[in-house]
Amino acid sequence: MALLDIQRVTRRFGDFTAIDDVSLAIEAGEFFTLLGPSGCGKTTLLRMIAGFDLPDAGRILLNGKDLADTPPERRPVRTVFQSYALFPHMTVEGNVAFPLEMARVPASERKARIEGALEDVRLQGFNKRYPHELSGGQRQRVAIARALVTHPAMLLLDEPLAALDAKLREDLSIELINLQKEVGIAFVYVTHDQSEALALSHRIAVMNRGRVEQLDEPSKIYGFPRTAFVADFIGHCNLFGGPVANRANDVVTVDVADLGPVRVGVAAGIANAAKGTVAIRPEKIRIAASAPEGTPDNHFRGTVEDLLYMGDVTVYRVSTPGGAKVEALLANSQSGRAKFFEVGDAVEMSWPVGAGHFIPE
Amino acid sequence: MRRRSAWLYAAALCAYAFLYVPLAIVVLYSFNDSRLNAEWVGFTLAWYKTLFADDQMITAAGNSLLIGIVASFVSTVLGTLAGVAMHRYRLRVLPILIVAPIAIPEILTGVSLLIFFVMLNFTLGLGSVALAHIAFCIGFVAIVVRARLAGMDETLTEAARDCGATPSQAFRRVTLPLIMPGVVAGALMAFTLSIDDFVITFFTAGAGTVTLPLQIYSMIKISVTPEVNAVSTLLMLLTLLLIVVAAKISPTLLRTAREP
Ligand SMILES: Nc1ncnc2c1ncn2[C@@H]1O[C@H](COP(=O)(O)OP(=O)(O)OP(=O)(O)O)[C@@H](O)[C@H]1O
Ligand SMILES: [Mg+2]
Repeated sequence: MALLDIQRVTRRFGDFTAIDDVSLAIEAGEFFTLLGPSGCGKTTLLRMIAGFDLPDAGRILLNGKDLADTPPERRPVRTVFQSYALFPHMTVEGNVAFPLEMARVPASERKARIEGALEDVRLQGFNKRYPHELSGGQRQRVAIARALVTHPAMLLLDEPLAALDAKLREDLSIELINLQKEVGIAFVYVTHDQSEALALSHRIAVMNRGRVEQLDEPSKIYGFPRTAFVADFIGHCNLFGGPVANRANDVVTVDVADLGPVRVGVAAGIANAAKGTVAIRPEKIRIAASAPEGTPDNHFRGTVEDLLYMGDVTVYRVSTPGGAKVEALLANSQSGRAKFFEVGDAVEMSWPVGAGHFIPE
Repeated sequence: MRRRSAWLYAAALCAYAFLYVPLAIVVLYSFNDSRLNAEWVGFTLAWYKTLFADDQMITAAGNSLLIGIVASFVSTVLGTLAGVAMHRYRLRVLPILIVAPIAIPEILTGVSLLIFFVMLNFTLGLGSVALAHIAFCIGFVAIVVRARLAGMDETLTEAARDCGATPSQAFRRVTLPLIMPGVVAGALMAFTLSIDDFVITFFTAGAGTVTLPLQIYSMIKISVTPEVNAVSTLLMLLTLLLIVVAAKISPTLLRTAREP
């Protein structure tokens, strides 16, 4: 039995459906991420798990027990709010002690529990400070300590790193992974940052407009996106849609209007589809003055239209005679090199059938 | 530009002079060694001695303090609850109902309360005055408290619930301490309003009951003796002190509540 079972939950605000028939199960000890663009309903779903909001339809079960009649204070889940929501009139110690007091943990036991929680987030010695005397990262840690101190069954984290700078975000991500492993509590993590989601999670639910588009492990989400939305949202992706012209063995040929026939490998079991989309990541596309002899299954000529130097890599936007725009990415392995091609250069792009991924419609 | 600000400066100066020169004269002549508020004779504290020996005055001051304390305490409790309700339920009529008494002319409030008390056969006296003061102070407290709540992060209450607090625990441990400056400022405000009030008190006090403003009024009907100056000076000092303290506690106070 899953720790948390969300069954066909729907939440409407007026005419607007914020959560649309969502079902998912979260296991004990799992690092589970809700990933999706702004406004897709992540916070709404989290608030229903915490008990601040109730579903209009469907059920939320914790350890098999329906939570509908359980107010937030009696649910064994704790939230780490995006704004931290530390009590400004209490010290760090006061904040962390608060859930213990509410749970009537004897005073003699509290001290050790508080120290333990502060140690977990590496904030020993800050007991007497007030929230306004802490940095953003430290406040975040206090919020996590406060959430962990009563050993809840589950932690809900709503974009906990969004307000921090890039470097700190990376450091704290690594700490979060370690912390989660250490305490063994299930984390439900909300973010709209795909790289954060891929790096942290055991499983990811990609959400779009109140629905779960795909629920999988990070490598599956990245490598085998099930819908065009997922493919595009998780890292950049070239999407070529069109009717299926031909299917031979494990290779499908899709007739792409502005590009030409694109050949892509498919898994054996996939049903015949009349239409579909080929998703191919920019880094899988080879770009050269001319395609190497005799090799690739797909090659198209084009002209470099734009390029974007990103330090370690350069992204080239190539337009083909048919009008298709294709993104390809080349690593700048040689130090000091910014680009291989100039805007206006004629190039040839190529990739093998195995580089793409077919999404049937 | 320069010229204009000089004009503005002069105009402001005149306005302030108009407000404060009469007050300054009252204060000054409370120390004047003469029965007449006409010319400066010499410095004395005699009028303050007379004041503290005046039994009627002492009784009136005692009544004012008692009413002020009771009215500010009760109106603070009720006004805080009203402020919380206004904030939480966002009903349109509630703020109007609570704030309207502030805008209604005091004389109307006074007359209608008098009629109300008479209708109920309520004996006029300290009790009726206190009730009347409570009624008009609630709105002021509610406004200040609501302003404070509006500035409070809503997620803090949710965080308290999330940490295992029941709604009432969340209110006591998190919401109340955070709005406390507003509550205290509201209480001081209410106390000042109550101590100073003349019109409503006049209508609701009945025959035998006298508060400080009523006593001062009855004295100046005869003649303005420097004793009146002395008691006015003390009253002014107390009011000023309370306003300063209230403004210190809640800097938004002077912007959110009407001047008394
Ligand atoms: N109380 C509410 N009343 C009306 N609409 C709401 C309410 N709460 C959320 N919504 C709407 O529901 C949708 C989902 O909101 P939600 O806050 O869950 O998005 P989100 O995925 O958390 O987005 P973000 O990444 O920007 O935080 C939004 O379009 C929002 O406008
Ligand atoms: Mg959100």
